[in-house]
Amino acid sequence: MRSERNRSPLGLKIAAAAGLAFMHVPILLIFLYAFTTEEKSYQFPPPGLTTQWFAVAWNRPDVWAALTLSVKVASIATAVALVLGTLCAAAVSQTRFFGRETISLLVILPIALPGIITGIALRSAFSMAEIPFSFWTIVLGHATFCIVVVYNNAVARFRRISGSLIEASMDLGADGFQTFRYIILPNIGTALLAGGMLAFALSFDEVIVTTFTAGQQSTLPIWMLEELIRPRQRPVTNVVAMIVVLVTFLPILGAYYLTRDGDQIAGAGK
Amino acid sequence: MSTAVLFDNVSRHFGAVRAVDGVNLEIAEGEFFAMLGPSGSGKTTCLRLMAGFEQPTGGHIEIFGETAEGVPPYRRSVNTVFQDYALFPHLSILDNVAYGLMVKGVGREERRKAAEDALAMVKLPNYGSRRPGQLSGGQRQRVALARALVNKPKVLLLDEPLGALDLKLREQMQEELKTLQKSLGITFVFVTHDQGEALSMADRIAVFNDGRIQQLGSPEEVYKQPKTRFVADFVGSSNVLPAKLCQKLGVRSAYASLRPEAIALSAPGEGALSLNGTVSAHSFLGAVNRVVVDVDGARIAVASPAALAVPKVGSPVTISFAAHELHPMEDA
Repeated sequence: MRSERNRSPLGLKIAAAAGLAFMHVPILLIFLYAFTTEEKSYQFPPPGLTTQWFAVAWNRPDVWAALTLSVKVASIATAVALVLGTLCAAAVSQTRFFGRETISLLVILPIALPGIITGIALRSAFSMAEIPFSFWTIVLGHATFCIVVVYNNAVARFRRISGSLIEASMDLGADGFQTFRYIILPNIGTALLAGGMLAFALSFDEVIVTTFTAGQQSTLPIWMLEELIRPRQRPVTNVVAMIVVLVTFLPILGAYYLTRDGDQIAGAGK
Repeated sequence: MSTAVLFDNVSRHFGAVRAVDGVNLEIAEGEFFAMLGPSGSGKTTCLRLMAGFEQPTGGHIEIFGETAEGVPPYRRSVNTVFQDYALFPHLSILDNVAYGLMVKGVGREERRKAAEDALAMVKLPNYGSRRPGQLSGGQRQRVALARALVNKPKVLLLDEPLGALDLKLREQMQEELKTLQKSLGITFVFVTHDQGEALSMADRIAVFNDGRIQQLGSPEEVYKQPKTRFVADFVGSSNVLPAKLCQKLGVRSAYASLRPEAIALSAPGEGALSLNGTVSAHSFLGAVNRVVVDVDGARIAVASPAALAVPKVGSPVTISFAAHELHPMEDA
């Protein structure tokens, strides 16, 4: 009876399948064209299949330069976001002070603002202050939205730590550092890991803010945009795209599972 | 016997709110001291001042002769049992109890042994490997107690520790706490809004209202000789005789208190005082009948033993009581 009632009409199933296919088949096509023998255009079906582009990509210094820059930027932006986002979340969730809600809003704003606004704002600020574009200007640009991700994850977890846990720790003789190490960190650890992974993934494929803050440097996504414009060894771009998918998708998947488990752990005993 | 906790004219104001307003008290070493009052009366703030979670805005606090102002909670020889127990959800029961020793750098084996002893003391041996989430409210309460006591505090602060327990468990814990306190000899400072709890457990009681101590004394004193109308009303349910009746009875102060159980529904004996009134209501409370007598417009509750007959509502009655049961009160 139950399966009868839950059986949906065929049309709906096809529509759902078509919708999902529309979203994901193009990604498969990207993977497919990483193996094509035709390097100038994307003709379908590919005239032949080859793995030579992996070797070509491996030997191209511009790919390596872009990949290294992106990984470095994403790592440092994430590290900055972890420290600042956690501190901010702690302040907003554990204490009451004048302007608390405003600070909370201001921290979240960069992710609500269109990236192009953040980008233009940062670019004009950098030029007004006569800061030359560098590795650090990209990191700064990325940190603005990475902090939000960490902050959001951490603040949700902080709200669930009752204030008396921290007081109990202090009461039992732990100073501020010990309380952070033994009580706060274990309770927010998975949230920080999840926030950090999301921040890394966001930074790794960011284009708009990067365009305004990178100057002549190419992060991986920028490099890909440039490659699409001049069709030379096009499948190399697809090879790199596969790598980007792996590098960003795996952390997000990890973050999803971690926060799910974290909920159960932190939920116990309350 | 030395002084464990000293409050000298201590105040704690939050903006315009005077949570604690000029409190003086002296708690002796080894004493079971209760701070009793309704919520918002300042009793919990006083406890937090002792623990170091709050700093006084005025006055002076000493704990065992040492100035407490500015000393953070982790450098005070006091420990707290929190109202919500505040057990660490990510640690096992044993690690919860051993936490205080761990942060002080006590070796693993030594602190495990001490934690197990503490758990045995609160009658929870073999619970060490569980998590707080797997324990009942009463068990968590015992763990919180063990976690505080394992540090051998000079003063143990208890913030409404029995509030979340059901009646049966609460009565049992009251007795156990009392026994534990006597055997350990540690000063207990106990915050409660339950007057029965304070009366049955404490050596002395401070009754709080509006950030001030209304009365400080032994349970008998506070119960039998309430100094103010607030104490008379909050601790038990004393009758407060208005000025008119006081005059009639020859009492000098404006108000006087009279316990319901000190009054008899009979003609006065030798040297007793009496008043005439009419019965306006009565109810059966098990061991006693509560009879409300209207005397010149003042309603006076009488606790009459259930074995005695209850006069009908509306019938005239004489109530009598010994003169020493009538206690003059300080204020209105």
